[in-house]
Amino acid sequence: MSALNIEKGSTKHSAYNLRPQFSDVQETHTLAVTVDNEPGVLARVIGLFSGRGYNIDSLTVAEVDHTGHTSRITIVTTGTPQVIEQIKAQLGRIVPVHDVHDLSVEGPSVERELALFKVVCQGDKRVEALRLADIFRANVVDSTLASFVFEITGTPDKIDAFANLMRPLGLAEVARTGVAALSRGE
Amino acid sequence: MVVQALMDQGVDVVFGYPGGAVLPIYDEIFQQNSIRHVLVRHEQGAVHAAEGYARSTGKPGVVLVTSGPGATNAVTGITDALMDSIPLVVLTGQVPTFMIGTDAFQEADTVGITRPCTKHNWLVKDTDALAGTLHEAFHVATSGRPGPVLIDIPKDVQFATGTYIAPQKARTSHYQPRVKGDMEAITQLVAAIETAKKPIFYTGGGVINSGPAAAQLLRELVDATGAPITSTLMGLGAYPASGKAWMGMLGMHGLYEANMAMHDCDLLIAIGARFDDRITGRLDAFSPDSIKAHIDIDPSSINKVIKTDIPIVGDVGHVLEDILKVWKARGRKTDKAGLAEWWDRIEDWRKVDCLKFSQTGNVIRPQHALSRLEALTRERDRYVCTEVGQHQMWAAQFMGFEAPNRWMTSGGLGTMGYGFPASIGVQMAHPEALVINVAGEASWLMNMQELGTAAQYRLPVKQFILNNERLGMVRQWQELLHGERYSHSWSESLPDFVKLAEAFGAKGIKCSDPADLDDAIMEMLDHDGPVVFDCLVEKHENCFPMIPSGEPHNNMLLGEASTHDAIREGGAVLV
Ligand SMILES: Cc1ncc(C[n+]2csc(CCOP(=O)(O)OP(=O)(O)O)c2C)c(N)n1
Ligand SMILES: [Mg+2]
Repeated sequence: MSALNIEKGSTKHSAYNLRPQFSDVQETHTLAVTVDNEPGVLARVIGLFSGRGYNIDSLTVAEVDHTGHTSRITIVTTGTPQVIEQIKAQLGRIVPVHDVHDLSVEGPSVERELALFKVVCQGDKRVEALRLADIFRANVVDSTLASFVFEITGTPDKIDAFANLMRPLGLAEVARTGVAALSRGE
Repeated sequence: MVVQALMDQGVDVVFGYPGGAVLPIYDEIFQQNSIRHVLVRHEQGAVHAAEGYARSTGKPGVVLVTSGPGATNAVTGITDALMDSIPLVVLTGQVPTFMIGTDAFQEADTVGITRPCTKHNWLVKDTDALAGTLHEAFHVATSGRPGPVLIDIPKDVQFATGTYIAPQKARTSHYQPRVKGDMEAITQLVAAIETAKKPIFYTGGGVINSGPAAAQLLRELVDATGAPITSTLMGLGAYPASGKAWMGMLGMHGLYEANMAMHDCDLLIAIGARFDDRITGRLDAFSPDSIKAHIDIDPSSINKVIKTDIPIVGDVGHVLEDILKVWKARGRKTDKAGLAEWWDRIEDWRKVDCLKFSQTGNVIRPQHALSRLEALTRERDRYVCTEVGQHQMWAAQFMGFEAPNRWMTSGGLGTMGYGFPASIGVQMAHPEALVINVAGEASWLMNMQELGTAAQYRLPVKQFILNNERLGMVRQWQELLHGERYSHSWSESLPDFVKLAEAFGAKGIKCSDPADLDDAIMEMLDHDGPVVFDCLVEKHENCFPMIPSGEPHNNMLLGEASTHDAIREGGAVLV
């Protein structure tokens, strides 16, 4: 049998990168996952995303039912429709996962994120910062003569917008919680 | 408490290896007689043995190893079991709870290390939770898509006394995978079966995992509808090799007729199979004109690589039962004329006789060795294990399986070193049966230490080594894809296998002459004890048919002569 000529510099040495003909449109989805609040459950979820090469845009987790010891994980992720379906199916396989809801497709939902902004500024910029905070309904939760800490709640877009406005005024530090989301109605 | 829980779960054999962190459990084992413990020679061997036990019985295999190195040695086997959906319960010792996190002697983050390679795992820090967790572990390992689970038990938890709860009293798990398929989808599939002109069943390990009843229902459905059937490596035996609809294995080294039929069919019914890349070949040319139905217990298998038209999530047995019911109720319809034509085409493909070889000269061809092994053992109560490589593919091609649970091989992970310990597990489960491990010399050496185990427990496992003095499968790829540059694919400094066997108190047989082969095989079969059979075979034999990576099913290499033109340059760069 004769040897086969492999093109020099070819990087396609594996059939594994032959992808099927699925749509390649990228979509962002918010998933709500109810899990048993047991050790390692978050590691399982995160390990799934890193192990299978999925994206995490945002992730929040906290126990929501103290008697049943269940937590709610809210994950914002981006991928093709096929990858999003895989993510949901893979999450559903994790033994301590009770259910997976795709809030982006299961009807309208509300999304909120909380953020803390430290803005270091003086003079006119202080006044401007307070004025903008008022417009965005941000609260001052700490203040010194040279700085503020604002607390703001809203959609990630609103928080991004606030951050963009605060940046030239002396934005020094940001802490964001990531998205929490619920479906609307009953 | 651990041993009590195992007994209540119906465990009769544990494969293990002791160490400091599991001594309390070993102490329990010492003081009872209902559970046998098999002392392996390496923890990887314990896991593969448990896999062999599980695969050949349908019951979960149980492994007991110590912390640290004991646990890390088990990782390959656990990963193997995950890939092939084999139910295992692995118990690992851990340093005492108050020492966890201090880099204590033989401490390893076992649950962290094994999180991605188990179906689920637990670190039990409270003795009172131990029994419940053990029962839950058996439930998780065996329900839904089976898989390995692991329980890490710190030594102080083993020592402490706690309250034992029996399985019946244990908290019911919320983990209850759905077993019944959606009736609407099932009806849709039945309608497709009724009108298909070129249907094909493509079945996998899921049928075997579902249990003997599922295999029985599969036979009934296949025979009643008259559609041809092919199977993955993992699914061999679900439908009998002697059955009239059987086309042989499909995939990279599958049979010509099976792959051609997959490519040309108009209805593809995938049952408990997962469209692995060794099966599909080039995805954008995979079975281009067919409606695809997919029955699987694991929703994540569906639409993972191939778009499915009729997805059915459920246990294979339950779904097959419903399909049969609906199909019968609707009048047992099929397109008889279409099927007859379809079979004519399949017969034409069969005439290619893709497995043909000629045994000439005085060197044994590996295909011949397996044909003879098959002929001389077919009628027996036989279980076959394999290692990984060319010999594995030849075994799949040349040996026929009439029943499920008779064929143990490492499919998903392709773990060299699997077969020998697996054969030990099978023999433990079936002491009277003939258990053969078809091996390559290189794979076999990876866990050859288990010869000690086979000898100690007088397990008459037959190690049938097709010795080509090569990492044959690697050599084949190098020949095809790497310019015949045989980089490190020689088996150098091989032991004298006969002397090696004798050193462990086993029997060794060497055979190199085709004329002696039958007698030598009979000598192996007649010996009541472990045998290492060193079968010296042709060194440069390639395994055909072969779908080169990147090629569709209908572009197979059939033998040396066909290789020149068959591989297009574009496809040749793919592995
Ligand atoms: C643990 C492990 N390491 C490496 C490989 C890659 N590999 C696949 S087949 C093979 C050669 C096997 O040689 P042998 O057991 O002699 O079988 P043969 O192909 O010669 O029949 C190798 C190295 C593997 N599958 N598993
Ligand atoms: Mg070899």
